[in-house]
Amino acid sequence: MNRRVVITGVGVVCALGHNRTEFWKALSEGRSGIRPLVSIEPGLLRFENGAEVPDWYPLRHFDDKESGLLDRFAQFGVVAAREAVADAGIEWTRELKEETAIVTGSCVGGQTTEDEGFVSLYRKNIPRVNPLTIPRTMENAAASRISLETGIVGPTYTVSTACSSSNHAIGQAFWMVRSGSARMAIAGGSEAVFSLGFLKAWEAMRVVSPDTCRPFSKNRKGLILGEGGAMLMLELLESAQARGARIYGEVVGFGMGSDAFHITQPSPDGAARAMRAALLDGGLKPEDIGYINAHGTATQANDATETAAIRKVFGKHADRLQVSSTKSMHGHTLGAAGALEAVATVLALRNGILPPTANYNEPDPACDLDVIPNQARRAQVEFALSNSFAFGGLNAVLAFRVSGF
Amino acid sequence: MSNEELTERVRRIIATAQHLPEDKVTADSTFAELNIDSLDGINILFAVESEFNVNIPDEAAQAIRSVRDVVEGIAKLLAEGPGGNKEAVRA
Repeated sequence: MNRRVVITGVGVVCALGHNRTEFWKALSEGRSGIRPLVSIEPGLLRFENGAEVPDWYPLRHFDDKESGLLDRFAQFGVVAAREAVADAGIEWTRELKEETAIVTGSCVGGQTTEDEGFVSLYRKNIPRVNPLTIPRTMENAAASRISLETGIVGPTYTVSTACSSSNHAIGQAFWMVRSGSARMAIAGGSEAVFSLGFLKAWEAMRVVSPDTCRPFSKNRKGLILGEGGAMLMLELLESAQARGARIYGEVVGFGMGSDAFHITQPSPDGAARAMRAALLDGGLKPEDIGYINAHGTATQANDATETAAIRKVFGKHADRLQVSSTKSMHGHTLGAAGALEAVATVLALRNGILPPTANYNEPDPACDLDVIPNQARRAQVEFALSNSFAFGGLNAVLAFRVSGF
Repeated sequence: MSNEELTERVRRIIATAQHLPEDKVTADSTFAELNIDSLDGINILFAVESEFNVNIPDEAAQAIRSVRDVVEGIAKLLAEGPGGNKEAVRA
């Protein structure tokens, strides 16, 4: 039996907009959401730009009590999930709620709330912190809130594998639906990174660009941090067809693995293994793939290593691939990255427009792929990969398809 | 501070950070010879910044490949005045 899993709803909140329409418009125009930081006082950091969600007013989405219970990262996840669920137009029954899964990814959960507590405690000498700090901070806060709001009571959990978190989450949810251990799933991830304490830690890593994010460009200077959330509604093809749902695309394969190489330096072998595993899981040949939404962080190490990994897996076909890093527009949202990029990939295939690598201005022989520089491109592509490679050497790759149903 | 004193202090910091005997770290050692990878490198720069109260910009940091590079970089930052890059000290 060939059980196929399709995407029938998507939702997004990020620097490019508060919904999937704004998100896609910016991506297809090659417009970057990287701007001077507004949440951090200027002059406190060696870098000054980020991809913050603009004009975010929690009370537009939550009442007073709800918003007090939710850190910014959970708010992004919940709002994205609401959009995905509404988009899918599912008629919920009690049975369906019992058989639907929620799997979210987040790298640092409610660290912004934690940071505020530490400022009160250590700097202002206030001897008590917000009593909601624990429920706001937990990495599963978004998953739990989505469950509470929707009444979905099936398998619900959160994956935290740094920058691969939401690819792992979507991959696990995909496998659950494919295997029949869940009938449907809400899967994705969310992240809110902009607190001074956390940004100082990134500054110390010396991988954040002082200006902008230029993936695969020779003069790239590092990543640009971003925030946001994205969720996808997954269900079996026959269930989607039976209810006449709009089908965005299909998740066809998922592959994951570990580098066992170095805690922060990437390995081309590990990345290649995860891509091969995704192809194998989807029953695909390398030549089937037309587009890759790259991990493409714009660090010196990632982009060269990822290029080498793609060449290992695809051989001569690598020169026929179109590859872009949408992080050049929505920033690196860590635990939400895979989810934003899954939505970007599926919308790209569905609309026949591949989003570019923005801010690209200098070819690098170590990144000699067609990276769709600066301008979106019309192209009909049937199969695509979306790569996520995390600090800690944990890799997760999803394969998508956009036709055949 | 004399160049010799500066070199001594930098050697000591690197030896401590890398758990090496001090005599293994010479003024001429390269990071590659000492088996210092990128993560070790940022740890060493962090220790150096704390010791001398300076802020090493990322671009300068990326060019550092040897004990001598560290010593010369610190000497330059110290010549620019205490605290080096003022902005970072505020934080």
